[in-house]
Amino acid sequence: MSAFEPGQELPELKVTPDRHLTVRYAGASGDFNPIHIDEEFAKQVGLPGRILHGLWTMAQVARAQTEAAGGPHALQRLSVGFRGMGVLEQEIVVTSKVRAVDEDGTVHVDTEATQAGTTIVRRGDAELRP
Amino acid sequence: MSDAVGKAYPPTLYAVGREKIKEYARATGEANPLHLDHEAARAAGYADLVAPPMFAVVYCGPAMGPAYFDPELEIDFARLVHGGQEFKWGPLVVAGDEITTVVSVKSIDERAGNGFFTFESVSTNQDGHTVSVGTWTNVVRA
Repeated sequence: MSAFEPGQELPELKVTPDRHLTVRYAGASGDFNPIHIDEEFAKQVGLPGRILHGLWTMAQVARAQTEAAGGPHALQRLSVGFRGMGVLEQEIVVTSKVRAVDEDGTVHVDTEATQAGTTIVRRGDAELRP
Repeated sequence: MSDAVGKAYPPTLYAVGREKIKEYARATGEANPLHLDHEAARAAGYADLVAPPMFAVVYCGPAMGPAYFDPELEIDFARLVHGGQEFKWGPLVVAGDEITTVVSVKSIDERAGNGFFTFESVSTNQDGHTVSVGTWTNVVRA
């Protein structure tokens, strides 16, 4: 952890949600909102089709941090803004850059997730424990 | 409606299970054996299988429902968007933990016709340690 320096980029995380991902995540998380699992319903309410759960996408942003920092213990805080909508079967890329390192070693990271050129998680702000 | 700021909902108790952690870990692409193999977790010094930090959404789930569905807030689900989310984490949650979560209404604002509903969740383990504090920001679009 002490190796982190301001301006440093953490490894990118790339993940492509398969067409049944939102069904598995609905079961795993307990969020069965039909906009995520029912194609017809999603279209009826004006969406292009089923969309990703924002909190699943946030979990990918979290995973990018814990994988870079050596484990789940390292993630102290994460805040994100959701924008637009994530879709199935298109690659998501999480990018992360160290903004600052405190004297006690706490690492502040700016992070976001994009999909097909669109930012779907913005203003991600992570704090990693030394 | 803004009278509801500060309103707290009844605490919920969530018993963390190994298989639920694994199901969540697989659905979110976790490959770290701490989340998938309880023997690996024990060998690393944890009491049992470790929940990924974002597993907070699972143990908070039962506590969030009554807030979102509170008739006093009149949230229009057809126009509801999850605007943002924050978690601050304490000690890692492991299988066997019993997590108590209390949700309250942190703020209600209106800007440019959009309604902003922010909830706070505070989750505590059986030893009284705060394992996460969540800030759930929702937008009901004009």
